[in-house]
Parts: sequence; C-alpha cells; structure tokens
Amino acid sequence: MKRLLAMLTLAALAPGLALSAGAETITLASTTSTENSGLFAHLLPRFEAASGIGVNVVAVGSGAAFKIGERGDADVLLVHDPVGEEAFVAAGFGIDRRAVMYNDFVVVGPKSDPAGIAGGSDAVAAFRALADQHAQFYSRGDDSGTHRAERRIWTAAGIDPSTASGEWYFETGSGMGATLNTAAAQDGHALADRGTWLSFKNRRDLALLVAGDERLYNPYSVILVNPARHLHVKQAPARAFMDWLTGPDGQAAIDDFTVAGERLFFPNAGRSKE
Amino acid sequence: MTAPAHSILPLKVENLSYRANGLVLIDSVSFALERPVRTVILGPNGAGKSLLLRLCHGLIPPSGGQVAWNAPDPARHQAMVFQRPVLLRRGVAANVGFGLRLRGVGRAERRARVAEALALAGLTDLADRPARVLSVGEQQRLALVRAWILRPEILFLDEPTANLDPAATRAVESVIDAIHRAGTGIVLTTQDLHQARRLADQILFLHRGRLIERAPAERFFAGPASLEGAAFIKGDLVW
Amino acid sequence: MSDIGAGFALALGLIWSLDADFVEIVLRSLYVSTIAVALAAVIGLPLGAAVALFRFPGRHFVAVLLNALMGLPPVVVGLSVYLVLSRAGPLGVLGLLFSVPAMILAQSILVTPIVAALTRQTVEDLWVEYAELMRSLGARPAQMVATLLWDARFSLFTAVLAGFGRASAEVGAVMLVGGNIDHLTRVMTTTIVLETSRGDLPLALGLGLVLIVLSLAVNGAVYLMREVTREPVA
Repeated sequence: MKRLLAMLTLAALAPGLALSAGAETITLASTTSTENSGLFAHLLPRFEAASGIGVNVVAVGSGAAFKIGERGDADVLLVHDPVGEEAFVAAGFGIDRRAVMYNDFVVVGPKSDPAGIAGGSDAVAAFRALADQHAQFYSRGDDSGTHRAERRIWTAAGIDPSTASGEWYFETGSGMGATLNTAAAQDGHALADRGTWLSFKNRRDLALLVAGDERLYNPYSVILVNPARHLHVKQAPARAFMDWLTGPDGQAAIDDFTVAGERLFFPNAGRSKE
Repeated sequence: MTAPAHSILPLKVENLSYRANGLVLIDSVSFALERPVRTVILGPNGAGKSLLLRLCHGLIPPSGGQVAWNAPDPARHQAMVFQRPVLLRRGVAANVGFGLRLRGVGRAERRARVAEALALAGLTDLADRPARVLSVGEQQRLALVRAWILRPEILFLDEPTANLDPAATRAVESVIDAIHRAGTGIVLTTQDLHQARRLADQILFLHRGRLIERAPAERFFAGPASLEGAAFIKGDLVW
Repeated sequence: MSDIGAGFALALGLIWSLDADFVEIVLRSLYVSTIAVALAAVIGLPLGAAVALFRFPGRHFVAVLLNALMGLPPVVVGLSVYLVLSRAGPLGVLGLLFSVPAMILAQSILVTPIVAALTRQTVEDLWVEYAELMRSLGARPAQMVATLLWDARFSLFTAVLAGFGRASAEVGAVMLVGGNIDHLTRVMTTTIVLETSRGDLPLALGLGLVLIVLSLAVNGAVYLMREVTREPVA
C-alpha cells in the first residue's frame, strides 16, 4: 500500500518536475492589450527558433507589470506607459530602456455617433463634445498606460470627468478587453489602443470614431529589470531578447504582423528615449 | 492477546456515586466481585443500571467513590455489549475481528480466531455479508463474539435482548452461556425477571440509584429481603 | 442568444477535433485541480476528523473557523500566495511564482478548509454512534480517526468532490499565482477570461461549456465507481 502511494506521488509530480528542467526561459511582464492583440503568438516563436530561449509572458495591467518588475518576479518588461516607465527607471528598478514600436489610441463609440465626433482627428475636441453632451464614456480606471493617456486628454480639455463618475463617466477598473465589452454592451464610448481594437471580436455596434491626434501616440518600450537589484534576473537571455526585438529581425516581425490586413504596431527601435 | 499475569478480579466498588444536572443518579453503591460468575443487575426503569455498568467499565468517570480493579490496566480485559448493537460499515467478519485489529493481531491469527468466534455465534454462513444487513438478533450475536474474541475476563452487557423477539433472545442467551462456560465473567443488566432467573448466579438489585439488595439468585427469587425487591418480583414496582 | 448557440457549436468542435492547444489546457486544468484536491484531502480529512473527535481548548472556535474558511475568496488566496512566493516575498528564493506548483499550492489552500469542515461534520455525526464502542474496545486516537474516516468514506467522497468542484471552477487564485502563461500555466478558467477580454464571447462560452461537461464527467465517473463498490444497505 505504501509503495503504491509512493509511486502515485512520483507519477503525479513528474509532469511538474519535467517542466522545470529543459530549455532556458525568461519571464516577460507585459500588458493585456499587447497580449490580446496576438502579437506574442506571432513574435515569440520566431525568437525562440532563432535563439532557443523560451519567453513566458505574464500579461497584466501596466501598473501590475511595473509592480512585478519592482518585486523582481520578471526578467524584462514590455509596456506602453512613458510616464510610468520613466519613474520605474528613475527609481532604479529597471535599466536599458529601449523603444520597440508604437501605435496609437483611438476613440470608439456607437456607430450612430450621438455626440457627432466621428471622423475627427482632434481628441481633445472630441472629449469636450462627449462631456458637453454627457455621452456615455467607459474608462479603464485602472491606472494603466491607456488610462493615463485618457486622463491627459481630459486634462488638456480642462475637464475633470471623475465628478460625473457614475452618471455618464464610468470607471470599470478593468483591462482593455473587459472595458470594451462593457462599452459595446452599453453603446458607450471608450479610448482603446489600436492593437486591442483591431483584434477585438465583440464590437457589436461600436466603430472607430476619432483617430490621428498626436496626443493619441502610444509608444511601447522594453526595459530590463535591474539585475543589480535582483540578482536572479536572467540578464543574458533577457538582453538577447531585447536585442532581437530592437534588431532587424524583431522589427521586421513586428512590421509584418497584421490583423485583417491592417498593421497593429509600427516598429521604431533606435529612436532612443531618456 | 495474553491473559493478565494475574486476574483483574476482584473488582471493588466503593461508595460509588454519580451526579448530573443536580440530580444524584447513583448513590453510594458498594459491592465486590470476587469471581467470574454471572451477575445480573436487576431493577426497574431509571434505576441506574446502565449508568452503573458504564461506571464499572470506565466509560464514565464517577462523581464520587471509586471503581478499583486488581490490575493496572483493567480496560484491556473487559468488554461491553450495548443494548443496540453498533456495527461498523464493513463485513461481518471484519466487524468481529475489529478489536483484534486494533490490538495489532496479525491477519492469519485474526482469521482463525474470527472463524472460531463466528462458529460460536452461529454466524459462519454470514461471514462475508455487510454487517448492517443482518437482523437485529444476528447483529447482537455478532456484537457478543466481537467482544468475546478479545478474551475479556469480564463481559458487561446492557439489556442485550431488550429489542429482540423471544427466538432471537434465546439465541443470544445461548451465546452468552457459551462465553461464560469458556471462562468469562458476566455482568448483565435487565428488567426481564425471567431472563434474570435463567441467567443469574447472583443478583444486584438496584432502585433509584441505590443498591437495595445483593444476594445469590436462588435466595433472591425464593424471597427477596427488601420490600422493593419483593414488590419488583410481584410486578408492583414500576420505577 | 446567438452567442450561446455559437458557444455550443464551438464546444462540440473543440471536443471533436481535439485541438492540441485545447487538449493541453484541459489536461493541465485537470492536473492542477486533481493534485490540489489530493493534497487538500491528505491534510483536510485527518484534520477534520481530529477536530470532530478530540477535546482541546478552542475546539469550537476551530470548527467555526473551518466553516468560515470554506468561503475564502479565491482571489484573496491568490494574492496572498503571490505575495509569499514573489521574489520580494519570504519564499521568493524558491522561484516558484508563475508555475504549476504555485497554482497547485494556491488551490490546495483554497480547498483544504472545505474538505476539513465537511469531514468534521460527517465524522461528528458518525461519532455519536461509534463513540462508546470505540472507547470500550480501547481504540487509540489515531485508530479512532482511521476507523471513522474509512466508515464515513462515501460521505467524505462527496466532500472531496465538493473541493474538486471549487478548485476546477476558480480563476482568481490561478490567474494571480500562475500568470496565465501560454503553454505553461494557462488553464481553462484563465483561458475563458482571456477570450472574454478579447471579445471572443462564443469561444469563451464554448470553453465554459466544456468545463461543465468535464465536471459532469468527473462526477459521473465517481458516482459509477461508488455504485460498483457500494455495499447494500439493510
């Protein structure tokens, strides 16, 4: 009986043990918007084939991604929140921040365009119109890169939407996909990154209304979690990933990633950031 | 399972009392049990017979007085059968051998002794049945040999046939008889006068928690010394 | 409503085609929850029985606590285990975060109170019947626990199944400590969350239906097993 139990225990643990042996892997903390777009499914197999290094992607909100980096639970970050990134590096949690790609945010809303903002390319004006008409707006409200970008536009428009929180301005406290689900169900507006929007399958009556404002610029950077602070960080393979991503192969792979014929991300490595 | 180096008898019960909820349920009972005879504790409902049995067997601690055996570990050499047989959710043979299993007796020896016990109780054909499908009479016989298989010096029985029909009662009494002839002392409680007459060597007559009379069975049934005893035999004493 | 119909169709399609990714996720989900429940049973069954059988100071408090812990929110368990296993946490040096063992750990913490509390109640009820006999036969405490656990095995099986249901249905704990990493820690419930956030509601529903079918299959198999081994009642 005891021998049977011992064998069963070994058999049960074996799969778990097998996984921990084997190829080298790094942990990449990134955002749900990047994951949802399908970019990693497109990129990572190419990197793995070229380098033999596996990349485990933990996709959370930007705020959580920074926290994971601070705690040393990941080796490298790929995020899109310039203000947060600068703070992260300044505090010594990350080093070697490099630009990777960019896309933009877009304002989406009901096809019927009740606020009359469709076709515009001025985000601030559009937001003013939404506020004036108390048009329903669904914010992520989760301190993510997208949320911070949204707040910057409200500030530029001189409006504090939180005073109307619960009336026409709703803070879902959720990821991009969940927020879009809510906006779609309620026929409301939202600010989304183009990557998520293009790959989102539950649009219902939502359509892209406003785009092209340079204030909607959404840049992505990759940052190495500071190995001086967290000695266990897998520096060499993480750097190899960052080099590939910002090198010709990675940039080309980003460039040829499309959904329904449209490019979601535009490579821009080499344009260094302070 | 070895017999004690010396017997656990005599049992000396001295000034035993038990109180619960402000009521005195057993009141200064004293007696001694020197030899493994058949003792019947007789008395009406509520006399405290079951309680006295449990106090002697050590299932309940007394409020006063003491239960003194002649050995340091008397519990190992006693066993008890309850009014309603408690059966484990296992087979008949497994139930009978359970006490041996608890004491670490090996499988081969257990099997032999279980077979012997089943034969004594007339349950051999039912050995592999689930114990709970047996009739109440069969279950009580099972409980008896489950206790006997441990070779106790004293076997306590709490109204063992109260829930049985006459035929089952006869079967149970014959197993008790066989157990006694094999050397075990019997301490049995009952309200049934006829059963007491059949089984007793000596009578302990209990009434409202007090030991009223103690006498050899013949003498008690010929003419009890106490008023209560006499009334009980006539059927006048209800509680 | 059409989403539900599409969900059904997708569920059937996934099961029929045995898509490799799908099978991998299903097997991983079963693996995590089964091992977690096994661990929870190893701890919870004797623990519940001990609380039922033995008198010790604070016994009633422990019983109430076990009952209350049945309602532990999975996300709270996930967060707590995350903080412990994180590199910045006390057990960070083990490097266990974002792994299958971490998920198993979180789920066993979630399920153990369920198994323990239900065991305690079952054993307590049975003890009423068995107490005098066990004491009369001179059973030692460990023997009492073993006897009661075995004799109550059918009811206890239901307790274990309740634990399995809880484990396989939860998402908060495995999401936080596993990270929903593709091909590593992704399970059915986290996949459902992912597909929902992608807006692929039919697929999310389809996976949900598969999860329900799996639960039915597990419970059905256990039921059949019990019927085959059950002893007839008088």
